[in-house]
Amino acid sequence: MAVMIRVELPQHLRTLAHVGQEVPIEVEGPVTQRSVLDALEERYPMLKGAIRDHGTRQRRAFLRFFACQEDLTHESPDAPLPDPVVSGKEPFLIIGAIAGG
Amino acid sequence: MSKVRVLVGTRKGAFILTSDGKRDKWEVNGPLFAGWELYHLKGSPADPNRIYASQTSGWFGQVIQRSDDGGKTWHQPGTPPGETTAPGGMPKGESNKFVYDAAGAPLTTHQWYDGTQHPWEFKRVWHLEPSLTDPDTVYAGVEDAALFKSTDGGQNWKELPGLRGHGTGPKWQPGAGGMCLHTIILDPSDPKRIYIAISAAGAFRTDDGGKTWKPINKGLYSKYIPDPHAEVGHCVHHIAMNPKRPGLLFMQKHWDVMRSDDAGDNWHEVSGNLPTDFGFAIDVHAHEPETVYVVPIKSDGEHYVHEGKLRVYRSRTGGNEWEPLTKGLPQKDCYVDVLRDAMAVDTLDDCGIYFGTTGGQVYVSPNAGDSWQPIVHDLPAVLSVEVQTMK
Repeated sequence: MAVMIRVELPQHLRTLAHVGQEVPIEVEGPVTQRSVLDALEERYPMLKGAIRDHGTRQRRAFLRFFACQEDLTHESPDAPLPDPVVSGKEPFLIIGAIAGG
Repeated sequence: MSKVRVLVGTRKGAFILTSDGKRDKWEVNGPLFAGWELYHLKGSPADPNRIYASQTSGWFGQVIQRSDDGGKTWHQPGTPPGETTAPGGMPKGESNKFVYDAAGAPLTTHQWYDGTQHPWEFKRVWHLEPSLTDPDTVYAGVEDAALFKSTDGGQNWKELPGLRGHGTGPKWQPGAGGMCLHTIILDPSDPKRIYIAISAAGAFRTDDGGKTWKPINKGLYSKYIPDPHAEVGHCVHHIAMNPKRPGLLFMQKHWDVMRSDDAGDNWHEVSGNLPTDFGFAIDVHAHEPETVYVVPIKSDGEHYVHEGKLRVYRSRTGGNEWEPLTKGLPQKDCYVDVLRDAMAVDTLDDCGIYFGTTGGQVYVSPNAGDSWQPIVHDLPAVLSVEVQTMK
């Protein structure tokens, strides 16, 4: 069953994808980091490589994934996301880590 | 009416500076791609309206941007401008895929700062070199060092794996700025001949369009590597060539300004009377192949100009005899650097010279270096300067 997930993007990715702060993403099946990012990249191909490395598919080092006031960055990419994200009550946040100027 | 367009890449965006052939009044456009590092922008010699830009970020990786109208509008080259094909009407624009050709050359390792071996990892595009004849063909020099080529206007990129697979790769090592392929020179007299340079591996040349490569570092002497005369390992900062004399090359090495008269097969030092021969930028006069420009930098430990004076040095004798060019440049309390891709020349009759500094100034000399004036004072740190001449 498909559900609508809210994904919040950092400024530079909004510019790349020509979207606002938050985008709705339809996700089929289990809602995980991987399935959300796969669906996001399918909808906005210009974000391929900007969140995960093209070759390894690993998260880029200075990006973080937050939801429900929790840092989920180091959770398994296949772990289920919290229920409020699945229900659309809370967004899944992609954050540029604080570093440099 | 002649016109020049100066393409400036900075730490926080790109700027386009335009003027007529007098080069005394300038229009400044930018920042483009604000907040991103623009390592390099360069226009196609075959179509000046076609410009490629390397937009990069430690957070978000590599994006290639392309303009087909002289820099007025830009797009990622996955989709023609204005065409919307992705669901929701978004441009597809997936242009940032640089994946090493592991089938063409196994992904080996190179030397890391601590002397151990480290796997090749793509980080960014340092330099874009459009083909001399085809606007859709462009080369990209990347970090970790490799050469990529696109033949479809920057949409798809394929590595030329013969370079990375040359066999000396384990001896290549990163300089302070990373292990970057920063210089690409296409030989106008021989379409199969390309020169490249890597920090810190040295210079290489292909004579078969990129299939095979040979190191061309004979004559270089580098005290900071175990064998100062080694075949590879030299920190070549930049190479320049006048298209009218393709075999004559000038090199700014980490230390030493070098010259080759035989397409890189042999080099000899021409630092001569320079106050210091450390530096990054080097370029050659558009019409005089023996007239060379460098900006001496104090030392490898102090990356700013010598004695607080911003001086371009010019040799009209192909090296060894250098004269300081100071008119219009700050001669006290100046501590900026001029990076390797931040100097360019136009092809107007009097040959304009341009350079940008880490202090955010871009200077022009409309008279081959005799006098200088700032075009802009206060940009972010300048990474690259290229100029297009429209006659």
